[in-house]
Amino acid sequence: MTGTLGKDLLGLESLSGDQIRLILDTAEPFKEISERAIKKVPALRGSTIVNLFFENSTRTRISFEFAEKRLSADTVNVSASGSSVSKGETLVDTARNLEAMRIDMVVIRHSASGAAKFLADRIQSNVINAGDGTHEHPTQGLLDILTLRDRFGDLKGRRVCICGDILHSRVARSNIWGLTKLGAEVGVCGPRSLLPNAVDELGVKIFDRVEEAIEWAEALNVLRLQFERMTAGYIPSAREYNRVFGISRERLDRAKRDILILHPGPMNRGVEIDSDVADGPNSVILDQVTNGVAIRMAVLYLLAGGKPELAEAAKGGGRGREERE
Amino acid sequence: MNPILLRGGTLVDPSQDLNEIGDLLIADGLISGVGASIHADDAEEIDCSGLIVSPGFIDVHCHLREPGREDVETIATGARAAAAGGFTAVCAMPNTDPVTDNQAAVGFIVRQGQRAAAARVYPIGAISVGQEGKVLAEFGEMVGAGAIAVSDDGKPVASAQLMRTALEYARTFRIPVIDHCEEPTLAAGGAMHEGLVSAQLGLKGIPAEAEEIMVIRDILLARLTGGHVHLAHMSTKGSVELIRWGKERGIRVTAEVCPHHLSLTEESVRGYDTNAKMNPPLRTDEDVDALRDAVKDGTIDLIATDHAPHHYDEKEREFADAPNGIVGLETALAVVVTNLVENGYLEYPDLVDRMSCTPARIFNLPGGSLKRGGVADITVFDPKARWQVDASQFLSKGRNSPYNGMTLTGRPACTIVAGSVVYRSGIPGQSSEKQRQQTHRLRG
Repeated sequence: MTGTLGKDLLGLESLSGDQIRLILDTAEPFKEISERAIKKVPALRGSTIVNLFFENSTRTRISFEFAEKRLSADTVNVSASGSSVSKGETLVDTARNLEAMRIDMVVIRHSASGAAKFLADRIQSNVINAGDGTHEHPTQGLLDILTLRDRFGDLKGRRVCICGDILHSRVARSNIWGLTKLGAEVGVCGPRSLLPNAVDELGVKIFDRVEEAIEWAEALNVLRLQFERMTAGYIPSAREYNRVFGISRERLDRAKRDILILHPGPMNRGVEIDSDVADGPNSVILDQVTNGVAIRMAVLYLLAGGKPELAEAAKGGGRGREERE
Repeated sequence: MNPILLRGGTLVDPSQDLNEIGDLLIADGLISGVGASIHADDAEEIDCSGLIVSPGFIDVHCHLREPGREDVETIATGARAAAAGGFTAVCAMPNTDPVTDNQAAVGFIVRQGQRAAAARVYPIGAISVGQEGKVLAEFGEMVGAGAIAVSDDGKPVASAQLMRTALEYARTFRIPVIDHCEEPTLAAGGAMHEGLVSAQLGLKGIPAEAEEIMVIRDILLARLTGGHVHLAHMSTKGSVELIRWGKERGIRVTAEVCPHHLSLTEESVRGYDTNAKMNPPLRTDEDVDALRDAVKDGTIDLIATDHAPHHYDEKEREFADAPNGIVGLETALAVVVTNLVENGYLEYPDLVDRMSCTPARIFNLPGGSLKRGGVADITVFDPKARWQVDASQFLSKGRNSPYNGMTLTGRPACTIVAGSVVYRSGIPGQSSEKQRQQTHRLRG
């Protein structure tokens, strides 16, 4: 049951530029489905998908769930607090028990880096990583890239700067891999205490000052500042973070060009991003959310063995995937 | 006990500059003859042609888990695994449950070791009561019961004052103080080496400096006190430079390195393989090169395994949550031959020195020599045997080996402790290819 992407989507590191383009291209026809009055196609009819969320998530889980339902899959949501995990069951036992119920796919969010791969190596079902620790969040990376591509067309040579806590951000890692593979230039900007020590080996430009990042970039992907970073002593306060690294209208106005503003959400208004930027004319933050559903539909469809060229046809009602055993 | 004649092996013993083909006669637990051609009618002959006969290997750093975790290893299974790895003696770290921090606990390990009747087992006592880093344990009584060194291994001695006192107090009993060098606040929560791979995998890193800060602290405290500090499992290039600095100044510092730090790097962690998780973590190519050079030039004195068995279920989980450590007793020789001898870093006399003579000398243990009249602790190994590691065949209860499935060179053929054969693989004297064919035929 391995399609053009392989069995699983664990991260963008392991994908080629062509595979990333394939997902983006496949997402295009799926965008339209969400604009219809009846937002449902039968592409995954009969498939069972488990959304296995060991970490709290509202946006990603809802986005996956809409994508699954709009493709007519049957879905079950499992959250850590409501499962055997809270009784001390191991990850591998949880997964094997789900698989014994003959499911087709697992969407997993987990606080441990590598958890999605751990699962994928041990079960037959397709596994989609919906965020593993501080490692990767590939569908977020893909929806960010789709949003950039909507505005820029080809991303080759385009300059994108990721701002904030790179050290602990799975969104940053997926974006760096994905954008680099599509030929974009990637910058990172944040306090050095929130950048990996080996950041200069990641193939990105480093900006210590947000003014320099703004001077350079055509798009800023502004990451959420987790408040636990302050208690852990990485930075002194949210107030100072806003004063030194916050994306404000004044700072953007000094740039020579319009700069596209992305944010993976949820936003801390007045911390990493000011409201007049988030709600301003160059913000594509809500486009990201819309694209998220299309990207996840594309990933689900491709992993289930759907042919990319049939994605258009799948919208019409034909069965766009091979019969399963 | 009949005399044993080891016939026609290459006798390698750097303690007496011996490296030539000859015979070795064992009687009454002692080495009773070493020469070109020995005749002993009543002796059991073991054909050692094509094999190396060396003083028995001594592992100064292993975890035998008894008392406390007999489900993952016992002193008996550990001592048998040691014998199968060519070790005639092992030193057991005190992080047992309860902690080996008193004479009764030390005596228990001595007795269990004697009952195992495989490799000798020497206890290492704790530095502090309960390994808690607060109150000094009773070194004198523990040494009286058989402890050969003290260490809070696994729990770095965070307090410089406690480390100072331990180094001073240990002088009375002429034992080394072994330290696991790790600055606890820098290493907190770390799961692997801090570098490019940790940045890419999203795992919290342990910087090389967490080790090096404690290495230089311990060296300076050894200078202050005149005590003997032995630095466990060195893993970084910087540590090597600091040890060299200390030795040049005549400070009493010795150090060990593990086979895995001489052969694997942080790259092994890609794919989140928990059998590549240990503390100190696997580092970089540059560190491996520096450690190999340091073993060659003697800056690092000896090779020790840090054998650390864990239950399958404990390793079969998310990387950050898995315990540190790998088993090493049954792969140590092959990893060293494959990664240091075959590529020219060490000659066989160097290997024997780092795995037998030097551990015996530094820790003041019997063995470490083939001199006539000495104790007959002897390892016979086939330096050319190529074999595929199959962890399921280990005599250790632990299966957590990053070398599982790899093909390595060098394998123990026979291990002799106090004149008794405690391990013998197949039929010594025949090539392992012949042995394999024979086994095959037997099974066939």
